[in-house]
Amino acid sequence: MRNLFAFIAGGLFGTGLFISGMTDTSKVQGWLDVFGDWDPTLAFVMGGAILPMAVAWQITRLRRTPLMGGAFPPPPPVRLDRNLAIGSVMFGFGWGLAGLCPGPSIASLSYGGIGHWVFFAAMLGGMLVAPHLRIRLDRLVPAQ
Amino acid sequence: MEQDWIWGLIGGMLIGLGGAVYLLANGRIMGASGIIGGLIDRSGWDTAAERLAFLAGVFLLPIIVYPFYRSVETHVTSNIWVLVAAGLLVGIGTRIANGCTSGHGVCGISRLSLRGMVATMFYIGAGGVAVVFFRHFLGVV
Repeated sequence: MRNLFAFIAGGLFGTGLFISGMTDTSKVQGWLDVFGDWDPTLAFVMGGAILPMAVAWQITRLRRTPLMGGAFPPPPPVRLDRNLAIGSVMFGFGWGLAGLCPGPSIASLSYGGIGHWVFFAAMLGGMLVAPHLRIRLDRLVPAQ
Repeated sequence: MEQDWIWGLIGGMLIGLGGAVYLLANGRIMGASGIIGGLIDRSGWDTAAERLAFLAGVFLLPIIVYPFYRSVETHVTSNIWVLVAAGLLVGIGTRIANGCTSGHGVCGISRLSLRGMVATMFYIGAGGVAVVFFRHFLGVV
């Protein structure tokens, strides 16, 4: 049952990414390109996604456990750290370069052509080396 | 196209609904980079089945919706070096920052997480710099 709900959630996510146009790299880059012909779509996608999610977070306060058992995620850590900033800048740079982030890169694999597979493979490679880079980063500049 | 923002809003709500299902049913935060990354670096192998089921949904549903949809172009660059560099940056960056557009953006901002909001400002800022620089100065993307 857990897997069925995970599949439904993934399906909604994939369908949403697809029909909102977020798998189209020109719409993402068009939103980031404030000096070009600006495309506002991404802001509507973000806003539309945050609404149901905000309601869901409120529901987690009323219910003790998720439907499938276990526990809800703990409150988010408040502490900001260097890795959050460095990682987000790297991610944002790649996101702007290709117009793809992890979710849409998977949602567009079936029809996007070879370019999407190249990006996807490189992304997985990056995820494979990330833990090692993170350890080096922590040695280089100890947090706090 | 004038209706793009309507499709954006509808699609966005489906994305949020997916996140709501994943949270309320399974008790998990729907972050694409974390779900994939945990499979790649083995840190999430104890929940591998659930992760694979989620990713199968993300991959398969567009195939089903595809024939019924108006425009499906993607416009990704054909420059292989740009694709590889961008993929590496996205893969490494999201894992070091512990989240991407779905985890930090959608799931983080909607619970007013400071980390989610700060991460989102950083990646949008960097994305804007990348597009403006590589498009208007170098003309690569």
